Amino acid sequence: MNIHEYQAKALFAQNGVPVPEGYLALNPTEAEFAFRRLGGPVAVVKAQVHAGGRGKGGGVKLVKSPEECFKVSKSMIGMNLVTPQTGAEGKLVRKLYIEAGSNIDKEFYLAMLVDRDTATIAIMFSTEGGMDIEEVAAKTPEKIVTVNVDPTAGLQGYHLRNLTFAMKLTKEQTKEFHSLIPRLYNMFIKYDFSLLEINPLVWTKEGKFIALDGKMNFDENALFKHKEIAAMRDYDEEDIREVEASKYGLNYIGLDGTIGCLVNGAGLAMATMDIIKHCGGSPANFLDVGGGASEEMVTNAFRILFSDIRVKAVFVNIFGGIMRCDVIANAVVNAAKALGLKVPLVVRLEGTNVEQGKAILRESGLKITPADNMEDGARKAVAAAK
Amino acid sequence: MSIIVGKNTKVITQGITGKSGEFHTKLSHEYAPRFVGGVTPGKGGTSHIGLPVFDTVKEAREKTGANASMIFVPPPFAADAILEAIAAEIETIVCITEGIPVLDMIPVKKALDRSNRSKLIGPNCPGIITPGECKIGIMPGHIHKRGRIGIISKSGTLTYESVGQTTALGLGQTTCIGIGGDPIGGMSYIELLQMFEEDPETEGIIMIGEIGGDLEIRAAEFVKGNIKKPVAGFIAGQTAPKGKRMGHAGAIISGSHGTASEKMDAMRAAGITVAESPGDIGKAIATALSKKR
Repeated sequence: MNIHEYQAKALFAQNGVPVPEGYLALNPTEAEFAFRRLGGPVAVVKAQVHAGGRGKGGGVKLVKSPEECFKVSKSMIGMNLVTPQTGAEGKLVRKLYIEAGSNIDKEFYLAMLVDRDTATIAIMFSTEGGMDIEEVAAKTPEKIVTVNVDPTAGLQGYHLRNLTFAMKLTKEQTKEFHSLIPRLYNMFIKYDFSLLEINPLVWTKEGKFIALDGKMNFDENALFKHKEIAAMRDYDEEDIREVEASKYGLNYIGLDGTIGCLVNGAGLAMATMDIIKHCGGSPANFLDVGGGASEEMVTNAFRILFSDIRVKAVFVNIFGGIMRCDVIANAVVNAAKALGLKVPLVVRLEGTNVEQGKAILRESGLKITPADNMEDGARKAVAAAK
Repeated sequence: MSIIVGKNTKVITQGITGKSGEFHTKLSHEYAPRFVGGVTPGKGGTSHIGLPVFDTVKEAREKTGANASMIFVPPPFAADAILEAIAAEIETIVCITEGIPVLDMIPVKKALDRSNRSKLIGPNCPGIITPGECKIGIMPGHIHKRGRIGIISKSGTLTYESVGQTTALGLGQTTCIGIGGDPIGGMSYIELLQMFEEDPETEGIIMIGEIGGDLEIRAAEFVKGNIKKPVAGFIAGQTAPKGKRMGHAGAIISGSHGTASEKMDAMRAAGITVAESPGDIGKAIATALSKKR
């Protein structure tokens, strides 16, 4: 789950991590008021959308007066912001964050993430703030230092010393760093982050570290512990099909192809997308109905697939283990009858009670194309979508 | 022979009185009667589906001589359940539970590293089966056929797919293990590849991976220097977009790493026969077997 910049900054502030002063604005008047409230000579108007690279698309602008702040905000709210991460369709800007300018002396990069291999929390620190960190790692690896913290032992002083000495921080910077990092590490543990990235972490002319940006990824498996974080979810920023699916406990990700997929199991769902591509088609979605899907879930899954105008054919691919094929066949037939079969439907069933399942499909009187195996099914679906 | 589980495995179920725990214990026990009891705190001394229930894993182990455990405890309590099984020195711990927070799994991993008895399979996996001898998990027993192929997979349904295809080709399986798709888990490819290499009954190995992380790449490098038996592989998620989590918590492409093509290239470079299509996994291991002869 992603959150907005203004939410991340509020979370930083609550946990004692310094951030520039800033206010949320929903319209140009609020933005102008925010500028006055900040009281400085300059402010930054920042579009609040869930996508990186906002500056490149015109979603981050420096303003020098309340009037200019009003004008810039007016043009930014309601605009369709296109950044390298949004795709060509862009994202509608609904909210702005008006932030005080900072006196930047030096920019650093800081990240914390779960390291799978060592089962530790890795802290990465670099003097090359504001840059693409993958590029820094490839070209000048000596400018990045990483330490691994075993959370069962906790963050220790030597972790910090290994970071500060390697990056040759000044005495002043080191002192501030030793007070900042434990706060961030504690946040990481407290909120079950999977990634925390601050780029840039700014050293100001006043001699303070401040988080000028903050990317927070949360472990979705741990959201049940953090109601306050779960409440920050902004449905406006998400694919409407994905939001709809999550209401019914379906695991759905929208893509731009023409073949709707309904599969049990995440691995098989990915493999189904692959085999469609392999057969010359393109999948409209990833959809995993899980191991124990009910008839209601299958009906809702069909509703989502049928409501997507891009879908020209639907491929149901089920390897029933615990989920019995006769149950899934009944669900498919009932859903198709209830919703009307709007596009060609190809069904591949395998596993428990497969013969009963196939008989139910055959005797339904519906125009369902049966498939013998997943490759056969994919071919038939690709042909039907053309 | 087979690996890890067989005729001498004695299994308890942690969470035996829950809905899924009860259902799958029943099915697994019907498939092969290896279950000796279950654990549900507060229900010790009772019996459930014909098996004795204990309050703690320690007690269950002492009274039944169990050497394996199947865990069906809900996500908030699952890490605790695994740690309890490790403390009770259960040798094979199979955790089916899906949705355990990653940070909860770190102490589990550290405890496993310190233990010289316990091995974890999963979490978020279908379990392990030696056809005809022992089934610990949620896989449909009837699709399996005792035979010559060892299967290691991150994905549940793709394990079934590989089983179905090898059964159809008459090859059959020695042992099939779902290792799960979570970022931090128990046994991984390398350890299991080595076990299959040493198992006289296993003639070929199928490894199924997916996008995210680099376990498959390191496994492929291991195969190159250490595995003499034929290996076939498949990676799910060739068409997955970047930055989107594909069901499993670990199945996400971050930056330029963890892509399917990167993993498939590493497998090919290690001499593994790679199935381009998930429909060809059985064919791939058959090809690999015939090449080695």
